[in-house]
Parts: sequence; structure tokens; C-alpha cells
Amino acid sequence: MEQYLALGIFLVVALVFGVVVLVVAGLVRPKKPSPEKLSTYECGLETQGPTWVQFKISYFMYALVFLIFDVETIFLYPWAVQFQKFGIFAFVEMIIFIGILVVGLWYAWKEGALEWL
Amino acid sequence: MENLFVNISGALRGWFTGMGLPPMAVEAIMALVFLVAILAFVLLNVVYLVYLERKLSAYMQQRLGPNRVGPRGLFQTLLDVLKLFGKEDIIPNAADRWVFRLAAILVMVPAIMAFAVVPFGQGMIAVDLNIGIFYFVAVSSTATIAFLMAGWGSNNKWALLGGMRTVAQMVSYELPMVLSLLGVVMLAGSLRISDIMAAQKTVWFVVLQPVAFLIYLVASTAELNRQPFDLPEGEQELTAGPFTEYSGMRYALFFLAEYTNMIAVSAIAATLFLGGPQGPWLPSWLWFVIKVYVMIGIYMWFRWTFPRIRMDHLLAFNWKFLVPLSLANVLVTGIGLEIYKWFQTIRW
Repeated sequence: MEQYLALGIFLVVALVFGVVVLVVAGLVRPKKPSPEKLSTYECGLETQGPTWVQFKISYFMYALVFLIFDVETIFLYPWAVQFQKFGIFAFVEMIIFIGILVVGLWYAWKEGALEWL
Repeated sequence: MENLFVNISGALRGWFTGMGLPPMAVEAIMALVFLVAILAFVLLNVVYLVYLERKLSAYMQQRLGPNRVGPRGLFQTLLDVLKLFGKEDIIPNAADRWVFRLAAILVMVPAIMAFAVVPFGQGMIAVDLNIGIFYFVAVSSTATIAFLMAGWGSNNKWALLGGMRTVAQMVSYELPMVLSLLGVVMLAGSLRISDIMAAQKTVWFVVLQPVAFLIYLVASTAELNRQPFDLPEGEQELTAGPFTEYSGMRYALFFLAEYTNMIAVSAIAATLFLGGPQGPWLPSWLWFVIKVYVMIGIYMWFRWTFPRIRMDHLLAFNWKFLVPLSLANVLVTGIGLEIYKWFQTIRW
């Protein structure tokens, strides 16, 4: 429990660190805003159209495949820790588990989810 | 010399206990002491890493690099930081003000928190968690959120493109990185950092897991958004990626986080593959710093060796090569361990 208290202190101080740096900088820096400074930067051109648009679908596909495999890695970690104690049975079981996911990867590959269109 | 820092921490702990504080408060104060020490170490190193990177880049291109401020330009970065403190802070009118502001603060959090499990020397881990590696992986992966917030909140097309690329890249390359660490965990049979260090007493894991080390090296370069995987902030195409609209100290925080992450990733590589703070003659903390700097040197060397790769190549390389390879590595490690066990049983 004490270890997680220490981690909590790390979290709080890390958050405070950024705030303190910005507040200190806020005390010394100049503040002279003008419409040109506050406009969106686009290499000197006026920005055209909205930025927050529906975005390329490929990114979403990668995120989906990532999600599956990320959950898999969470299952793999406890298995890897106990691997040397469990012996051959756990090993075969994990081969089957990974095998199913490899089939999933192969399916995503075949369906073109990993292609950049 | 070996126990210098351990003794200082022990003396401080004894002093705080002697003041009659409850054990919980002593633990909390000690955590703060460790944190201050870590922050001092990190900030000092980052300042000189920027200098080192500029000098190394310069020498690799047959230039001189910074050499005006102080002897051999040693004060260059210090003064750059001071200058950034005095720079105006611009938040564009179109930006989502809160997301924009929060991103700069949040980006430092995973970078600092990762150092909780870094072993700076023998017995010099701030928090020796029983899920050490897992904690590192979990915390460092949350850095993605800050980059996405910066990219989306800026309401700028360069920033959005850069932010999207960062997320796709960091999320993808997290998989081979995490899977490559599995081989090490299987060999050590523990997630605790000190156990993994102890398991490398005789042989470093880079010898037993060379493929995993290479995968980790490539994947961590991508996680750090460093060349040749610096597409998110490719200067020639996206100005500065997610940081395009940031200025002054806010920009400096992103920059700081980038180098802090580089130290953290190098430290974990040194711990898991290069034996951590173990070595002959020199004190353990010095060995650790040497190993970390060797790793950082490799990342900087990469920068001027490989050209930037294309977005589709980047993702295809990850999903169609690194992920299957790292899965195969787990498999081969498992088979190797079983064969090793079998040999041990027939010998007796």
C-alpha cells in the first residue's frame, strides 16, 4: 500500500510540476496579443474550412486491431511470469491462445485493414 | 562510493523517523525526497542532452555546433531555457483553450511517473513495485493522450495531422515493444525490476534475447517519435506536428517531455537487456549512467543514419513484420526454455 502512496505522490507532483513551470513563466513573460498573433498558423495563408472534420478511416482500423492485441498482452504478462513453474501444459495452452489471435491478425490483413488506402 | 546515495537516503529516513513521525508520513516524505532527486537528475541531464545532441549532430555533419556561449558552448541550452521563460505565450483564438492548456501539463506526467521504477543503482529504486515492468509499460503508453489533445485542441491542420500520426504510430509500436519485453519476463520469471536485475548476474539478457533487444530498440525509437520515425513532427511536411501552435514555456514542456522519455526508455533498456546497474570496479550508479548514455548515443546515431520513412511503410513494417516477429520471439523463447528444462532433468 505504501508503494502506491508513493506513486500517488509521483502523480500529484508531476501534475504540479507543469503548472508551476507555467505559472513562473507567466510572471516574467510579456503579454501583447494582436489579431495576427492569435490567428491559426498555416504558413501565412488564411485557413480554409473547418479543421475538426471526419478523419481518415485507416487510423480507426489500426486502433481496432491494436485494441485486440493490447488486451492480449495483458493476458500474456501473468502467464510469462509463471511460465517456468507451469511447464508444458500452460505453454501449449498459450500457443493455442496466441494462435487464435494470429488468425485474427491474418484475417485483418486479408481484409485489408492493414493497408494504407 | 558504492553506497553513497543509499547511505544518504538511509540517513534521511533515520532522521525523519527520529523526529517521531508515523511510518506512513515517513514513507510519503521519502517518496518526495526520491522524486526531488529524480527531477534534479532528469532536468540536469535533459539540459545537457540537448547540448550533446546538437554537438553530436554537428560533428556527424562536419560542423562545429554551438560554441559561442560559455566554454565550448556549454551554457547554450541553459540560456535557451531562460530565453523560453521570457517568451510570450500564444493561445490561438480558434483553439480549444482547455484542451490546449491541459495537454502541455499532462505530457510531463507519464514521463516523470515512469522514473518511479527505474533502478539508478544497487538498491536505488524509488518504488520497487512487484509489477515493475508492467507499470512502466502502462504509464508510458498514456503519453499518447497528451499528444492527441495537443493535436486536436490546437484546431490547426498541421497539428491535427501530426496528432493523428502520433497516435497511430505510438499505439502501433507499443505492441512489439510490450511483446519484446515478454521474453525477458519469461526468463526472469518476475515483473519486479530488482528480480530482473538479479537474474542478469551472470549473463545479460541482450545475449539471451538479441531479437527482443532489436525489436525493443526499433519500437522504442518509434515510441519516442525520433528519427527515422519522426513523421508526427516532420519539419518539412508538418511544420512541428502537434506542437505547431505552442510557444514559450508550453512548447518547452513538450520538448522536455520528449527528452525525459528518451532517458526513461534508455534506462529501461539498460535495466532489462544490459544488466542494469551491475558491473565491475565502478560504483553501480555510475555503471547505470554509462549504460543509459550508450543507449542514448545509439538513438542519436540513428537520427543521422536513417532517412525518414513513409507513413504507410511505417505502419506496414510494424504490423506485417515487427508484431509477427515479436510473437515468434515469445514462442521461440518458450520452446528454448522447455528444452533447457528437459536437458536439466536428463542430466540428473
